[in-house]
Amino acid sequence: MQVPAYVEYEKATSVEHAIALLARFGPEARILAGGHSLIPMMKLRLAQPETLIDINGLSELCYLRVTGGELCIGAMTRHAQLLDAPVVGQHFAILRDAEMVIADPIVRNWGSVGGSLCQADPSEDLSAAFAALRAILVIQGQDGPRTVSAREFHTGPYETVVAPGELLTEIRIAIRPGGGSAYAKVGRRVGDWAVAAVGAAVWLAGDTIEAAGVGLTAVGARHFVAAEAEEFLTGAPATEESFAQAGQIAAEHCHPSSDQRGPADYKRHLAGELTVRALRRAVRRARGQES
Amino acid sequence: MRISMRVNGTEYSREVEARLLLIHFLRDHLGLTGSHWGCDTSNCGACVVWLDDTPVKSCTVLAAMADGRQVLTVEGLERGGELDPVQQGFAECHGLQCGFCTPGMMLTARWLLDQHPDPSDAQIREALSGQICRCTGYENIVRSVRWAAEYEARARAQEIQA
Repeated sequence: MQVPAYVEYEKATSVEHAIALLARFGPEARILAGGHSLIPMMKLRLAQPETLIDINGLSELCYLRVTGGELCIGAMTRHAQLLDAPVVGQHFAILRDAEMVIADPIVRNWGSVGGSLCQADPSEDLSAAFAALRAILVIQGQDGPRTVSAREFHTGPYETVVAPGELLTEIRIAIRPGGGSAYAKVGRRVGDWAVAAVGAAVWLAGDTIEAAGVGLTAVGARHFVAAEAEEFLTGAPATEESFAQAGQIAAEHCHPSSDQRGPADYKRHLAGELTVRALRRAVRRARGQES
Repeated sequence: MRISMRVNGTEYSREVEARLLLIHFLRDHLGLTGSHWGCDTSNCGACVVWLDDTPVKSCTVLAAMADGRQVLTVEGLERGGELDPVQQGFAECHGLQCGFCTPGMMLTARWLLDQHPDPSDAQIREALSGQICRCTGYENIVRSVRWAAEYEARARAQEIQA
């Protein structure tokens, strides 16, 4: 029987209250969002917080809205809500693609978007998707909110820039014309973590890629980003040749490690091939050839 | 800590440790052993119950997180002595062999049919994809859910006629 170790529990009633509780209970307190990563880690004693601060009651952090040309996602939005919202699929199909392959429908009912990001598992899907989209994350602390790029959010496996006393509250993505995006993942079986996965976002001007984002999951890419491939794609024609070359560059520059999910060279191969597939689909979507 | 929740329409209040998982609260503290405790790693879905309006894996939810909420377990599916159409479907179509996965399967099926009264086989399989039947009786499980959908469609049609 796996049960978490003894822990104190506090229920936050507002964002301010959660931050006050974090300050009161110190660095050994952890925010409890959906808990679908934290509770399993607590069962295995990989995480052993002294206090849990439950933010599941904070409906103020549970929203999806378009304001000022941005899609704003409350940190406590459940995976299922992100998957089901038409506004998300319409602007950022990459998020719909990614959500469809995160765990299973029941886990997605309760697991939260913000929780996944803060867990910062190297195999977590949304980190690469948000990195590809150049999302902005809002972190709130006692001194008010600050923003950080999704590309600067992770400092290593299971490590983020969210400091003790702070809380991730929102994810913002700018909606720009000419955009298309997609996420492609290979897992050992349905609902499993990625062996490798790639998220691509492109913004086209005619047949030219004006801007590109390529996010890599589970292959040891710094900040989940294939920066060299993005650089190559910027200003390149939106053709199969460009996708192939970008895939090759992404594969060359990532750092997968061999583990139970597969050998490093296989993961490197996947990084390349999935970059091609994600780019192809993203461009088709930018052109309105696919929804 | 003291927690209170409404389980299958009945209000319960108990003193528990914060680390207590919802599945153990239901089984060991309330004696509702219909929900099964399986893999303990949120993979198998034997422990699925509804938390407010959605099915969740109760081995990965603290009982404290359900404080102030409503829970529905397999014991709450029947109404007034009559089995839920999903339960009838599992009986009619031999939707269970050993029965260990069945409570979770039925609660997810109920949720699916509430949202999609006429699901395709693909939708049924997707909805149940986070649940494992180690007897591998998936064909009959899908058939059972399909049976319940058709039963409810007939019932609705009769209601309209009446």
